[in-house]
Amino acid sequence: MAENVGNKASDSEPLLTMRNIHIKGLSDETWVDIINGIDLDLNRGEVLGLIGESGAGKSTLGLAAMGFCRDGCKITDGSIIFDGLDLLAQSKRDLRKLRGRRIAYVAQSAAASFNPAHKLIDQFCEGPLKHGLMEKAQAVSYATDLYSRMNLPEPELFGYRYPHEVSGGQLQRAMTGMALACRPDLIIFDEPTTALDVTTQIEVLAAIRDIVKQFDTAAIYISHDLAVVAQMADKIKVLLKGDEVEQADTATMLDKPQQEYTKSLWAVRKYARAEQKPVSGQVPVIEIENVMAGYDKTTDILKEVSFPIHKRRTVAVVGESGSGKSTLARVITGLLTPREGSIRFEGSALPDSYHARSKDQLRRIQMIYQMADTALNPKLRIRDLIARPASMYLGLSGKALNDRVCDLLHMIELEPDQYIDRLPSELSGGQKQRIGIARAIAAEPSFIICDEVTSALDQLVAEGILKLLDRLQSELDLSYMFITHDLATVRAIADEVVVMKDGTVVEQGPKSEMFIPPHHPYTELLLGSVPEMDPKWLDHLLDSRGADNIGDAAIAKML
Amino acid sequence: MNIISVLIWLPIVVVVSLASGWFFQQGLIRIVNAPTAKFLRTAPLTASFGMLVIAIYVTCSVFAPIIAPFGESEILSGAFEPWASPYILGTDNLGRDVFTRLVYGARNTVGIAFLITALAFFVGTLMGIYSALKGGVIDQVIGRFIDVLMAIPSLIFSLLMLTIFGTSVISLVLVIATIDSTRVFRLARSVALNIVQLDYIEAAKLRGESTVYLITREILPNATAPLAAEFGLRFCFVFLMISSLSFLGLGLQPPTADWGSMVRDNAELISFGDITPLIPAGAIAVLTIAVNFVVDWLLHRASGLKD
Repeated sequence: MAENVGNKASDSEPLLTMRNIHIKGLSDETWVDIINGIDLDLNRGEVLGLIGESGAGKSTLGLAAMGFCRDGCKITDGSIIFDGLDLLAQSKRDLRKLRGRRIAYVAQSAAASFNPAHKLIDQFCEGPLKHGLMEKAQAVSYATDLYSRMNLPEPELFGYRYPHEVSGGQLQRAMTGMALACRPDLIIFDEPTTALDVTTQIEVLAAIRDIVKQFDTAAIYISHDLAVVAQMADKIKVLLKGDEVEQADTATMLDKPQQEYTKSLWAVRKYARAEQKPVSGQVPVIEIENVMAGYDKTTDILKEVSFPIHKRRTVAVVGESGSGKSTLARVITGLLTPREGSIRFEGSALPDSYHARSKDQLRRIQMIYQMADTALNPKLRIRDLIARPASMYLGLSGKALNDRVCDLLHMIELEPDQYIDRLPSELSGGQKQRIGIARAIAAEPSFIICDEVTSALDQLVAEGILKLLDRLQSELDLSYMFITHDLATVRAIADEVVVMKDGTVVEQGPKSEMFIPPHHPYTELLLGSVPEMDPKWLDHLLDSRGADNIGDAAIAKML
Repeated sequence: MNIISVLIWLPIVVVVSLASGWFFQQGLIRIVNAPTAKFLRTAPLTASFGMLVIAIYVTCSVFAPIIAPFGESEILSGAFEPWASPYILGTDNLGRDVFTRLVYGARNTVGIAFLITALAFFVGTLMGIYSALKGGVIDQVIGRFIDVLMAIPSLIFSLLMLTIFGTSVISLVLVIATIDSTRVFRLARSVALNIVQLDYIEAAKLRGESTVYLITREILPNATAPLAAEFGLRFCFVFLMISSLSFLGLGLQPPTADWGSMVRDNAELISFGDITPLIPAGAIAVLTIAVNFVVDWLLHRASGLKD
């Protein structure tokens, strides 16, 4: 490489040393603490996993390792020494020379982080050219080399595509490649696989781990998913609300966590309720009959989907993105008119469109959304959000309505006096999701569609939501259709499982049968792709399946 | 005035305006309730100055008969009297007091501009949100109709309409409001398009809510920030539009005092080095700047930027 930025210290010294870091953030005109005095050491070639709930300060700490702060944040105290260089004392200009070249960053959403107007290769070359490390031709051939090492299809041509022309998993790998363009000493991965399906996640994990090892790059791997971090990291640091809980190497951390908080994180994945016996001979609450549906006249997103949902039962609909799970929900709620087939509600056919359904039919089918942020009107108070269905469908008003709202808030375990006059923005993510649940049960429904209700939440919070839904089901005789791609959720709450792929049901049955072989090959792939808490899991998987038989490649072979 | 005195006066004017803005802001914070005070504290000095100017204009227009020393169309003396007591800004071409007419002009021009903007927003916002909510054929029909209106240059269109319908205050209000509502429609529709695809709108639709409820309770409260900012800008444009129409003789009709026509009536004084006709023009300019200062602040808040 050309000119040196900073002194190349000897290998024995740590690459990155952060001491007593304090970071504050501006929230509503006051400065609040985000990080309160965290120390962090990272050696060359070492991978550190940062774990914590949202709001724990993982990303903020990760960015601080680059000497960077988001808008409205400031580092108030501490020191950050990167390879003998005090990052906090550097000018912005010098920091810019460092970033991308010696410290690189991989963001969570590759789709949002690439510039959609430029080809992948041009974005790859930008770093090396700007820093004067390579000629264009050199950078292009290096990119091709990296693409082939990361198992991307047609490495010579891959870079000449635009970001929207490749899949999510490929884009995330392209971004990792881009981070490596200047052969940095340190890469910060900020939840790089959180937005991906399980099968796609594996190929990205394998590529990242492989390439980090090959180049002996140090990395900070930020994630809320323990099992993923267990595959990637040499040591793990657990954060809680800006404080360090504990740090240990991966094996120790998994086997013998010291702190109560860490133990509780580990325990979450074990929640499972007893499966209820399948029912027969009853009229199901919802019967989906041979539904064919699509958004235009020629393509079918759903192909002859049919299954029943019985009273007080939870049916989990599992599948990757694009398998038609959400489209099915739209057909049931009447937002999308099926081309063929129908939805029967307690034995009688429902009108196809929600416009044609009666108020009572609308009331009995409710929905809970994935993103509580967008599912609640930010300008309405909790009182009004919950009261609306109760006043509209049940005609409550005045004191009766107020009492009903308080009852509902008690049911979702929020203290009415404290929360009833708040706005959604004054609640945490889990609390917002609880309000979404309260709004659904306020209508006194018999069937609720839960669309990925826990996937945007931290594991501890998600567990609380699942337990709440479980309790409400037995108290109110509800039936659930649970749309999810997370098999841990399925294990926790489902009675029956429906596996969907490309709009068809590939397998269905009671939960206990679904988790025991023999499976449909696709179910097998899905089950096998869920990361486990064993740090050797990815190695075993790659050994048994082979590097070419994971993710998109494996699905492609199945067709 | 030579360049040196400009260089001396300019900073003095700026400092005095900002300082008076600051005092105005501090005064307001004292008298309003806590949440409003917190909101006001975020205002930069420019916005405080803007609010002060708007407050002065509003006071002038509300209390015009008390503030003004003479009647609005009272002919008092010979034409073009100099600046001397009792006519502190002299008299105009017909011998009416310029200061009096300036005060009444605030009432007429600002009042009518506000009325027009409010009307344009009422119609434009409702149509825009309705169009975004319904989509499909309804959206196309309304959208293309608006395109046709927008395709005609606005000044020429309003001149044409005012010539056809006559130059009464009502037709002036209706014509300019119609033209401006098309711009509001475009903004409201694009803001609403982003909102209608959110889950809470879907949830409300599935609940079986009426269109009126969807527009007024679910969409409108979430679209207020950009619409309020646009209201300020639109107000300036309407204001300038009325003044230019008045200057051309198609706006407010004499003897109603109006800043646009005041410029025209006294224009010939410019040739004699008298700056009287520039005063109403300056009044327009200061209000335009003041409104834009406030709008900038609101826009900045709405965009959520922290620095």
